[in-house]
Amino acid sequence: MSEVFTTAVMVAVVASAIRLAVPLLLAALGETFGQRSGVLNLGVDGIMLLGAFTGYYAVLKTDNVWLGLLAGAIVGLVLGLASAVIAVTLKAEQGISGIGVYLFGLGMSDLLFQKLVGTPIPIDQFPAVDIPVLSDIPYIGEMFFQHSLVIYLAFLSIPVATFVINRTTFGMKIRAVGEYPDAADTLGVSVAGVRYATEIIGGTLAGIAGAVLAITLGIFQQNLTNGAGFIAIALVYFGAWRPTGIMLGALLFGFVNALVLELKTLEIIPRDLSNIAAMAPAIITILALVFVARRFRAPSALTKPFTRGK
Amino acid sequence: MKKRTLTLVVLMAAFALIAAACSSDDSAEGFRIAIVAPSASNDLAFTQSIVDSANRIEGAEIAVTDGTFVVEDAAVALRDYATEGYDLVIGHGSQYGGSLSEIAPDFPETSFAWGTAADTFGLPNVFSYEAASDQGGEVMGIMAAALSPAANVGIVGPIEVGDAKLYVDGFKAGVEAQNPSATVNINYIDSFSDVALASEAAQSLIGAGADVLSGTAQMTVGAVGVAKTEGVLWFGTQSNQTSLAPEIVVASQVYHWENMLNDMISKIGDGTLGGEIYEINFANEGLVIEYNEDFDLPDDVKDLGDAAIDAFKNEG
Amino acid sequence: MSINLNNRQRRILAYSIPVLAVFAALLFGAVMLVLLGANPVEGYSEMFIGAFGSGNALIATILKATPLLFVGTGIVIAFRANVINIGAEGQMVLGGLFATIAALYLPEMPSIIMVPAVLIAGLAGGALWGWIPGALKAYYRVNEILSTIMLNIVAVQLMSYLLRGPLIDPAEIERGTRIPQTERLVESADLPIIFGDRFHIGPLIAVLCAIATYYLLWRTPLGYRLRAVGLSEHAARYAGIPVRRTIALALTMSGALAGLAGAVLVFGSESHRMVTDGSTVGFTGSAGFNGIVAALLGGLHPIWTIPASFLFGGLIVGGQALQRAVQVPSALIVALNGLVVVFVVAADRYRVRLLSTEGREEAAEGESPPGGEEESSLGSVYDAAPRGTDSYGQDEFGDDPR
Repeated sequence: MSEVFTTAVMVAVVASAIRLAVPLLLAALGETFGQRSGVLNLGVDGIMLLGAFTGYYAVLKTDNVWLGLLAGAIVGLVLGLASAVIAVTLKAEQGISGIGVYLFGLGMSDLLFQKLVGTPIPIDQFPAVDIPVLSDIPYIGEMFFQHSLVIYLAFLSIPVATFVINRTTFGMKIRAVGEYPDAADTLGVSVAGVRYATEIIGGTLAGIAGAVLAITLGIFQQNLTNGAGFIAIALVYFGAWRPTGIMLGALLFGFVNALVLELKTLEIIPRDLSNIAAMAPAIITILALVFVARRFRAPSALTKPFTRGK
Repeated sequence: MKKRTLTLVVLMAAFALIAAACSSDDSAEGFRIAIVAPSASNDLAFTQSIVDSANRIEGAEIAVTDGTFVVEDAAVALRDYATEGYDLVIGHGSQYGGSLSEIAPDFPETSFAWGTAADTFGLPNVFSYEAASDQGGEVMGIMAAALSPAANVGIVGPIEVGDAKLYVDGFKAGVEAQNPSATVNINYIDSFSDVALASEAAQSLIGAGADVLSGTAQMTVGAVGVAKTEGVLWFGTQSNQTSLAPEIVVASQVYHWENMLNDMISKIGDGTLGGEIYEINFANEGLVIEYNEDFDLPDDVKDLGDAAIDAFKNEG
Repeated sequence: MSINLNNRQRRILAYSIPVLAVFAALLFGAVMLVLLGANPVEGYSEMFIGAFGSGNALIATILKATPLLFVGTGIVIAFRANVINIGAEGQMVLGGLFATIAALYLPEMPSIIMVPAVLIAGLAGGALWGWIPGALKAYYRVNEILSTIMLNIVAVQLMSYLLRGPLIDPAEIERGTRIPQTERLVESADLPIIFGDRFHIGPLIAVLCAIATYYLLWRTPLGYRLRAVGLSEHAARYAGIPVRRTIALALTMSGALAGLAGAVLVFGSESHRMVTDGSTVGFTGSAGFNGIVAALLGGLHPIWTIPASFLFGGLIVGGQALQRAVQVPSALIVALNGLVVVFVVAADRYRVRLLSTEGREEAAEGESPPGGEEESSLGSVYDAAPRGTDSYGQDEFGDDPR
């Protein structure tokens, strides 16, 4: 047991947790914008998968990881727009329409991969960037400051998102539309407009999350995300619709996963109980919510399409 | 004149004989094979191995239904292909066995094959087949131990079942046979599809000191990616994984089902629709170690590998 | 729409909307088929034949529709209480596991006892997996979307653990192949066949459940409470209905039906074993998600969910036949499935609006058939007063500042 808590091992686990958390974080952040304005999008995983394939394909063809990210973002944007049309204009039942987008993304990304690429070809990955000075700090340096640029940007997006939601006019509109759409509408805020914007943001971030995943792994595969989009949605609730909470949730989930992996490598978890250990991230996430009950409410208009005059 | 005519006749007879002989080689002409498999045809692993092999059978018409995770859907597909008159219907998934045992009796004229498994249910029209993946695992394990300066090897696995378990156990045995004091760390990530987790598992194994890695099932592409970044050597299985990381892939155990399929085809042609259990291994060249041409493998290590392969070939 | 349609015309138009939506999706699909080098006409005719074109096809469609109907009926209950249950995948797995365990450990008994026993076990397993998120929500305010997603993960690992450990077929260990499956389960638990060699009583049970659910929702006090909570939590609370417990109950019942689906899958299957490939989809065939769609297609009405499940089941079975016939990658069928869902769900609003106008007119005329009445109130589900809370921060006495 003492082997586990050596600093070298813990440092590696934290670094691994951060890597695992990033796609979840980005996708959950996107979903937060949407949910804060009252729209539930269960199709996140499908958008991530299409973003992942597009990002992968772009890097395959251009050898430029940043173009890959851009490609993922664009695909995500388009799908976010589509989600907005479905949920906001066509007022579809949000608990179901997202599932369709998910299935579409799952199948389409796989189909495109089979037809355009065939046998998997590896692509370039993000170069690691050591932050000068900070990366040389013993232990802390390796945990936090030797990652790729994308990871730093992902974590930077948290305070940016918090600022946008809490301190900008746009953020205020988002919150208003999510809580009191009738009142907001009376005051001249375009409920549909705001929701379109948040869905597009959500889709873009989900597309980027997928592209980040594919480029980090350097490959694409059928169902690459393995349900990460759904975990991201769950994390939105965990984080109480606040970017910081979501970040903590993503890190918790990533940390438990990384820790369990490490325990398996060190053979502290007997192989017969391997599956039980694999439940840990899910169970701990639920327990964390049970024991750290907070007084945050969901946006009142969540999942309710808005029609003026009703 | 007579002489020339005679020559001509002899030549024509000769051609006719040769033509007859050649056409009987092409006995796969018009033979229809259907494959039902759980994962994608390009997974560079389990499913790809059977699809690639089937596509190498000359003259055969191949139909594939891949991505059939759902056992009940596979059952419908197997039945449908049999109804459509396919000569050989292959259920390429251990989980399909139960269904196959119920379907095969309904189609006594159709030949079925079930892999990877070693049970024909006592039915006359069911073949079963498996890969002795532990053999290749052992061979590569020996080479891995020889190539590892730190004497520390890591293996990434999906769920500890079936073919995956066989391979991992073999690899470990090989490492320990070559170097009894070597450390072998095994990490089953409990998923066949979580590529991100597989890559982190590889990181964790490298963190524990491994300088040679191996792994099985389709999600190991994530592990290969990490091996590439960290400069750690990789041994692959099920398909040739050299293209994933030409700098560090040493070799792959590739499943070649062609000889087995050809044997089934000829047996079916002779009227035997099943009842045999096949195992592809080194002896019958169903398993082949395909080396990465661009990797500079020291001769003495290759000799160790070859010796191990020969040992398997000789034992049968 | 200023065209004046009478009720009958409106109803016909309303019910044809999902059909039109499916056609629109299939049109997109046709484009993709052409791009893949396949003939859409050939493909779609094979699809229709594969789903409905023969006795065998119809049986396959009905059997495929059965889990959709079970899950869909459960989803109707949940949705009527305004709860989103995306945990049906895990609930089906638990149902299958409990039923399997019952078959493995109960003493040998005749079919007449064994079959109900395993089905009840399946019901219990699913109910448990629905109760947990329900209780977590009621007592700890944990959002059900989060808990069901997490419990789906737990369920799949539990299945792998059990099927490769305690429940594994001893023959697998002997042979060394270690396939994560049980032995062939006791024959007396096989669902009785009523027709041919594969048509078992599962579909009948599903239909009975759907009918029973209709009675539950519209003819019992419990059903009234469920619907009241779904329409307005505030009003329900002021009427003295224990809101959170009712929500928990909705999730439990929804889970129970999904569990029953899982049990039927195991004991109605070709192999009569439970086997896993490490994913929920491998066992459920995505019925946990597709059942939600079937429920919507049925207008969240249990009786209409019956034909909706049948049609959706046909789509899935037909899609697979399409794949085999024109040899396109299975991935196309998954994508097509998704497109159909999106189009149908997107178009649903129009269907509801058409029917709700009708309902109001009929009410004005003094007629109120149960179906029409409910569909107009379904319209108002979309515009219900905001739920006081989804989770967090509200106690029994409604101290919601709003």
